[in-house]
Amino acid sequence: MKISLTVNGERRDADVWEGESLLYVLRERLGLPGSKNACEQGECGSCSVFLDGVLVCACLVLGAQADGHDVVTVEGLADGDELHAIQEAFVAAGAVQCGFCTPGLVVAAADLLRRSPQPSEDELREALSGNLCRCTGYQKIFDAVRSAAG
Amino acid sequence: MEVLTPRTLDEALGIMADAPGAVPIQGGTDVMVELNFDRARPEALLNLNEVAELRGWSRENGGVRLGAALTYTEAMAAPLAALLPALAEAARTVGSPQIRNRGTIGGNLGTASPAGDALPPLLVEGAEVEVASVRGARRLPLAEFLLGVKRNALEPDELVVAVHVAPSGRPQTFMKVGPRNAMVIALVSLAILADRERGEIRAAIGSAAPVATLVTAPLAAAAGFPELVAATASPIDDVRGTAEYRRHALRVLAARGLERCLAA
Ligand SMILES: Cc1cc2nc3c(=O)[nH]c(=O)nc-3n(C[C@H](O)[C@H](O)[C@H](O)COP(=O)(O)OP(=O)(O)OC[C@H]3O[C@@H](n4cnc5c(N)ncnc54)[C@H](O)[C@@H]3O)c2cc1C
Ligand code: FES
Ligand code: FES
Repeated sequence: MKISLTVNGERRDADVWEGESLLYVLRERLGLPGSKNACEQGECGSCSVFLDGVLVCACLVLGAQADGHDVVTVEGLADGDELHAIQEAFVAAGAVQCGFCTPGLVVAAADLLRRSPQPSEDELREALSGNLCRCTGYQKIFDAVRSAAG
Repeated sequence: MEVLTPRTLDEALGIMADAPGAVPIQGGTDVMVELNFDRARPEALLNLNEVAELRGWSRENGGVRLGAALTYTEAMAAPLAALLPALAEAARTVGSPQIRNRGTIGGNLGTASPAGDALPPLLVEGAEVEVASVRGARRLPLAEFLLGVKRNALEPDELVVAVHVAPSGRPQTFMKVGPRNAMVIALVSLAILADRERGEIRAAIGSAAPVATLVTAPLAAAAGFPELVAATASPIDDVRGTAEYRRHALRVLAARGLERCLAA
């Protein structure tokens, strides 16, 4: 079936299989591999994107449900060559090891700072509780978000 | 496979009448896992995201109407959270922010898991489920809607439209036991409410019987209530815990919940 959606501000058309996820559409149909596929069951958060401004797991959205809607992926956070403040902070804090979890965490952190520019420690932990990282032990990630907020 | 995307409830019910095999999909947090892992290949998916009648909540003659598409994030927000505090607490324990932004109470009713976290708080508040088909609408108490493990009272052509609750305003709480705070399927859960006006304690247990189950007792029998809750449960041993641990945890939760509600 054909779907048409806005991705990172651009209108995109795709020919998709009816049962595939928005994550598959983004990665395999639209050439946007930033959102990662790790669990395909909502557990890891590495596929986090904004759907109509709301933080969601792209693996749990049916591609067809995004037809006519607005999606922003990690590729859409930077402004040209200018990284998003969260991305800068991840680099500066050394919050990236293998990097597989990074896109999802960056998107989830961007969502947090948009809702709550000066988050409390509890808010910070709660906001990132749906994103798994197998490498860093999270401390550098929390440092990065704190410094982007500060 | 086919995806059908109705724009109105009437249109959606029409599709369910013509294609009773169509699987509704709202937030997709249960349905997509089945699809992604090749566990389900329905002939048709009925995408409910564009049906405005299912969204949000409203006040209705003294009570509230929760649309089937009400998300956990919405249930946690003021002023609804103050009207149904145990539901808000339960919503906070669901999955992660991403899951709470998409997952809905209608989907929780559709899945009818013994561990569905929206179910115990709605049971203690005496919620009614409104279901509809082209044949008409009907309302049934939540306790009659839940039939068994992942079984509910929906006919093949019916949809859940809304949940109706008359908020009691009574002190209440929801508690859930699991290995961490986020991303946890309840090992056991308990919603509990102390109704001084009626002289009654109402609790509902989750994850410790085939369906979320209501337990009531006179307020005067408060001392024996934790034991009654544990005795009413019919827990099983599984990968998440033993039946014995579940009964023990329920006793603790009931005592703790009662203390909180009676102090309020
Ligand atoms: C990572 C993760 C964590 C989770 N954590 C929890 C948790 O902590 N607690 C919990 O209770 N659940 C949890 N869940 C399960 C799930 O999020 C909930 O059951 C949620 O309420 C489902 O809502 P949905 O809108 O996403 O449902 P969907 O997946 O869209 O649908 C679920 C079922 O309901 C049916 N359905 C949906 N809407 C209707 C309707 N209007 N009429 C009739 N049938 C309908 C569908 O056909 C399907 O059978 C989790 C899921 C994931 C992936
Ligand atoms: S791939 Fe979507 S949450 Fe893991
Ligand atoms: S940096 Fe490797 S998973 Fe997070």
